[in-house]
Amino acid sequence: MSHHIVEFKNVSFLYPDGTEALRDISFRITHGESVGIIGANGAGKSTLLMHMNGYLMPTSGTVNIGDLFLTRQTRQEIRRKVGVVFQNPDDQLFMPTVYEDVAFGPLNLGMDETAVRERVEYALNLVSGLDLQNKPPHHLSCGQKSAVAIASVIAVEPDILAMDEPAANLDPRSRRLLINLLKTFEHSKIIASHDLDLIMDVCHRCIVIKEGIVVADGPVSDILTNKKLLEENHLELPLSLQRS
Amino acid sequence: MTFDEKYYNIGFIDQLSYNNTFVHRLDPRAKLIATLLFLFTVISFSKYEIAALLPFFLYPVLLMTIGEIPFMFIFKKVILVSPLAVFIGIFNPLLDPGQVSIFQGLTISAGWLSFFSILLKFTLTVSTALLLIATTSFPSVCHALRQLRVPSLFVSQLSFLYRYIFVLMEETMRIVRARNMRSYGQHGKDIRTFTRIVGILFIRTVERAERIYYAMLSRGFQGDMPSIKRFHIKTGDVIFAASVAIFLYIFRFYPATQILGRFVQGVFS
Repeated sequence: MSHHIVEFKNVSFLYPDGTEALRDISFRITHGESVGIIGANGAGKSTLLMHMNGYLMPTSGTVNIGDLFLTRQTRQEIRRKVGVVFQNPDDQLFMPTVYEDVAFGPLNLGMDETAVRERVEYALNLVSGLDLQNKPPHHLSCGQKSAVAIASVIAVEPDILAMDEPAANLDPRSRRLLINLLKTFEHSKIIASHDLDLIMDVCHRCIVIKEGIVVADGPVSDILTNKKLLEENHLELPLSLQRS
Repeated sequence: MTFDEKYYNIGFIDQLSYNNTFVHRLDPRAKLIATLLFLFTVISFSKYEIAALLPFFLYPVLLMTIGEIPFMFIFKKVILVSPLAVFIGIFNPLLDPGQVSIFQGLTISAGWLSFFSILLKFTLTVSTALLLIATTSFPSVCHALRQLRVPSLFVSQLSFLYRYIFVLMEETMRIVRARNMRSYGQHGKDIRTFTRIVGILFIRTVERAERIYYAMLSRGFQGDMPSIKRFHIKTGDVIFAASVAIFLYIFRFYPATQILGRFVQGVFS
């Protein structure tokens, strides 16, 4: 199982309007690592995540997921390996009921109905959302929506989880539950967030991005205590470190 | 009515559809077929028909009573869309001046007759369609359609419509609130602001559609919406659909009101 790696080699990305979102980014995330990606608004975090499963293709450089190079041909295979959880659960939950939404991925993999049911129940149970399965998403609270969004990705059993601001809009209790849940996952995790306390709790490694360039990459304990670095990137020390 | 109230109103019909009564528990396919049969039967009557239409009110009234749908709710909705039907028929009394006698010694113009016939048909069809939605959750209607072999593309469109109408309305509600809070009275409520709001809403919708498509691709979407079988036809459902069909047939081809009238006359004489 040592091949669940994510490797970016000299990746650059240019949006059609000429914005240079990523410039020569390189890093390598090995199996089972939890990595936080932090940076100012517009630093390129979301663009980076969209490369993880081939929604965007690098303008130059290569992305390597497991033993696959990201190309238009390998995209479908890579999407099975990398589950992406979006910032806004309303974008992610597009089916009319929770059950169908979580079943969407497994059904697309061509699984039969009993296997799908097992997967869905397993995934919903993991996020304690089993009793939500027949509800339409618009009857859920924000915390429930984001739990279901995670279940819908878990149901495909990806090797790597990529999340964009997973705790945005959550109340403190839901946020705490999410953090505890994330800690139990053994997947490789890549979390883009401004919530530095969440990153500190969940991740071991941290990558700081500024204007599309990696400016720091190291253990969380080094980076999140570096006040100067954080402030240069429109961030500040995690609240839990400010008290002392 | 403000936008907020409208929003909660749509939410209400949706909440109703998740109740649990006999009507709600019926298989959505049975209800869908029954409703369609009903609509076609009502529409098939000639344009001067009134008396034969009246027994058909039995169906919506029964659905409403057993399904515990508040009468005023359906009534208000029917009134809300009624201008459409009224405008279709309003000139009939002028354009169709032929005389028809309804009772001995009482004649009215054929135009009025057809006007009332339109109103009756309108009330019957709209209230029945509303009742279908109020007693069947929308996802189930979509399922029923798919199982009845409606092309999956149309069904997906419908279910996306249902899923995102609430999101879209919430978005609109937020924009409208933000505008009202800073428009201090009348300023800002003019047509120019309105067109801009519509524009913004459109752009936001397009962007959202893009994100949704990304989410679908991320989970292996390759052009086909997967579906799950959820319902199994029970005898109750078959009996329901069959009895609706039989009653519709009787009311359509036999003068039920006349027979009933003679029967009542017989009892009293």
